[in-house]
Parts: sequence; structure tokens; C-alpha cells
Amino acid sequence: MKNQLTSVPRNALAPLCIVVVSFLSGCATVPSDSGSDPRDPIESFNRQVFEFNDVVDRAVLKPVAQAYKFVLPEPVRDCISNVFSNFREPSNAVNNLLQGKPVDAVSDTCRFVVNSTIGLLGCFDPARQMGLEKHSEDFGQTLGRWGIGSGPYLVVPILGPSSLRDAIGIYGAEPYLDPNFYINNIPVRNSILGTRVVNQRAELLQADDLISGAALDKYRFIRDGYLQRRQNQVYDGNPPRAADEADAKPSTGGPPAADPSVKKELVPPQSATPAPAQK
Amino acid sequence: MRFLKSLLVSMATSALLVAAVHAQAPAPDAMVRDLSNEVLNAIKADKALKSGDTDRVQKLVDEKVVPYTDFQKMTQLAVGPGWRNATPEQRAALTREFRTLLVRTYSGALSQVSDQKVELRPFRAQPTDTDVIVRTQVVASRGDPIQLDYRLEKTDGGWKIYDINILGVWLVENYKSQFSSQVNAGGIDGLIKTLSERNQQPAKKT
Repeated sequence: MKNQLTSVPRNALAPLCIVVVSFLSGCATVPSDSGSDPRDPIESFNRQVFEFNDVVDRAVLKPVAQAYKFVLPEPVRDCISNVFSNFREPSNAVNNLLQGKPVDAVSDTCRFVVNSTIGLLGCFDPARQMGLEKHSEDFGQTLGRWGIGSGPYLVVPILGPSSLRDAIGIYGAEPYLDPNFYINNIPVRNSILGTRVVNQRAELLQADDLISGAALDKYRFIRDGYLQRRQNQVYDGNPPRAADEADAKPSTGGPPAADPSVKKELVPPQSATPAPAQK
Repeated sequence: MRFLKSLLVSMATSALLVAAVHAQAPAPDAMVRDLSNEVLNAIKADKALKSGDTDRVQKLVDEKVVPYTDFQKMTQLAVGPGWRNATPEQRAALTREFRTLLVRTYSGALSQVSDQKVELRPFRAQPTDTDVIVRTQVVASRGDPIQLDYRLEKTDGGWKIYDINILGVWLVENYKSQFSSQVNAGGIDGLIKTLSERNQQPAKKT
């Protein structure tokens, strides 16, 4: 415990802020309808952070992740991913409890015990064979479950897509539920956290090309995907069928669609959380 | 006599069969399940398909996907209000280009297919429903199950898929904002142009 929880962010963020601020003065192509989406009032600012992250990613994170993927065979990477995922179980359990799902919380605890022992720290997932399914939860989802909307969409420097609610829930609260943050040896702990980031990035390498191919506007593609996915996670895969005909928001400009087929969806004002960060 | 009897029996059976086929064909969840498995098996069995060979993918899409999918409705929903002002030619062009974009995008991902199976998740719908969501998950020996849902509408030609949800993200919803931004800036033709330019770029290898 003590204040080591904050030591990493503080050290890392101070110089970072300077870089970000100086970077933000330039670039970033911003479309004319920027900020028109009520979920993303600070779109033009977010876009600049987004581009900054992209530069950092291409310069540092992506090459490192590519090397990592090149050096380590797939079974080893799987094992590492699984161990990190196993370290998330305490958080899953606590959040399930906070969301009023004690049965899931017990199941998560059992998963943690079984996989940490027979599963060799979580390298393998024998608990799944025993019928204990994984429930990925975090404090951002818990806040959502408690009725708190996502708030404005936020692109966090280096860390990527988030929202006001999720930034608080995930970067503010989650470290307290993360065993990694309780490691007293700071260099060891930081190495582990660094590996986690690289490992996560390596898992997403394949998605890069998919997104570049699919998106007309990468920023919005990722933003809308993030917000939808978080909404889905808050409701454990069964979000209310969004404001079927009820929604009054006529998508940008133009009168509400006349054809009956254009009813449905329009994401409700809330929604939230990190797609890429998970698993 | 005997012959007559067996004739009657076989006629009855085939009538039953026909009835069964008719009753079965429209069930949207069974359709999605069979379709997914057929497509998965086809990919598993065909190396060229797995490597994203454009012609093979196109053939698979034409055979297995097009008959069960309403690309026009998909496009219409993604384009949103602008659709009403589009001419029939523009609509056709939009639908064609959007479909190409999706096929191109996903053919790059086919190499990821290994031992996946599709399982239906609980399906809740009234027999009278004409618009349903079929929920499935893709399971493999490694990795967590992947949520994959379909939205279908009942048409004269049977059930047609018009939206897909991957890991909680509806495809149509995810294009709305990007499309409307293009339409605002350059009209329907601007959107068509952007899509076709994108489709002309060489496909990226994953």
C-alpha cells in the first residue's frame, strides 16, 4: 500500500504533459462537424491526443510489441496473457460483488485460486474446464451499473480511448484492486506493468490493419466502437435495445428518418469503457 | 395394394418433409447457426480462402452470404437521413461500395480461423416477430469466447441479416457518424467517392 500506488503515474506524467501540450499546438485534421456528437464535446482536443498517441505508438510501442511478438513463440505469449488476465480476477470478484452479483464474485474467486495454483499462476485456465466462466469487470463498469453515464469521451495520453467515468474507474480505482500494484520492489513492479502494456499491444497488432482497412475515419471508428463496447460490457452483453423508436436524437442534421427501417439504435447517452485495453 | 400403400406413405412423408423444411427454413436462429457453420467449415477446408484470396472470398460471399443478407438495408441504416435524398443510382453505388469495403476488410481476417465453433446463445423471440436478434458466440480452444450477434428482418425472401455485432459493437452504428460526416462535407457523391477510393487501395495483409 502506501503511496507507491501513485509513484508511477506521477513520475511518468510530468514530462509527458509537457510533451503533449507542446505537441497539441499543431496538426490533427479535424472534420467540420467536430464536436457535433453530444458524447464527444471535446472532439478536437481528443483528436490531437489521438494523433499524439499514434505518433508515440508508431515510434515506440508498436515496434517494441512487434519485436516481442517476433521473439516469443505463441504459446509463451498466451501464457503471459493468461497470467495477466488471472491477476485481474480479484478485481473481477470485487466488482461483481459491488454490482450485486455475488455468485459471479464467488466464481471469480474460485477461478483465481484454482488458476493461481493448479493453473501455474494463471498460465493455464483449468477453472474454465471446471465450468467456471470468466466475467471481465472493472470499476468503470461498476460505476456504469450504478447508473453513472460515461460522461464525455476522453482520449488519454498514451493510454488511449476512455471516458470521464472510465478514466476515474479504471485509472483511478483499478490499481487498488490490482495485485501488481502491491509489489513493493518498484523496478520489478514497473517491469511487470511494462510487459503488460507491450503484451497487450502485441495482441492488438493484427487489429491495426483491420481498422485501417475498415475505417473511413479512424478516430471515430475507434471512438464509436469504444463507447458501444463499454455500454455492452456494463450490461454484460445485453444492453437495453437502445431507445428503439424513443430516441429523439435525429443523428446529425436532417429530419428524423422517415423510413421505418431507420428507427432503432442511436447509442444512449451513456456507455463507456475501454475496448482495446481489455484482455 | 401394397404398392399403393407405400406410395401413399412416401407421399405423406415427402409432404411432411416439405412442411418441415418450410417450417424450419424461416427460423432465424437455426439459419444463423447453419450459415455460420457452413462458412466456417468452408474456410477451414480451403487454404486459398484462409489466406484471403480475393476471388475465392468473393465466391464464398456470393454463395453463402449474399442470399441471406440485406446489404441495401445495412447501407441505408448506416447512411442515415441522407439516404432519402439519394437517387436510385447513388443508393446502388453506396450499397456496392460499402459491401466491397466490408468484404475486403473481413477477408483479411480469415487467416485467424482455426478451430472455432459457433454456439447459439439463448434466443428470445415471439413467433410473430419480424425483427429479431440472434445471439451467438464463437468459441475456440484458446482465448475467451467472442460475442457475435446478428440482427435479422423477415422479408418475403426469408430472414435477412442486416446488422452484425462483434464484441458488443454494432457494425451499422459504428459507421453512422463516419458516413454522416462525409455526407455533410461532400454530399452523397462525396461518400461514394471516399468509399470507392478506399476500395481501390491495395489490400493490406494481416
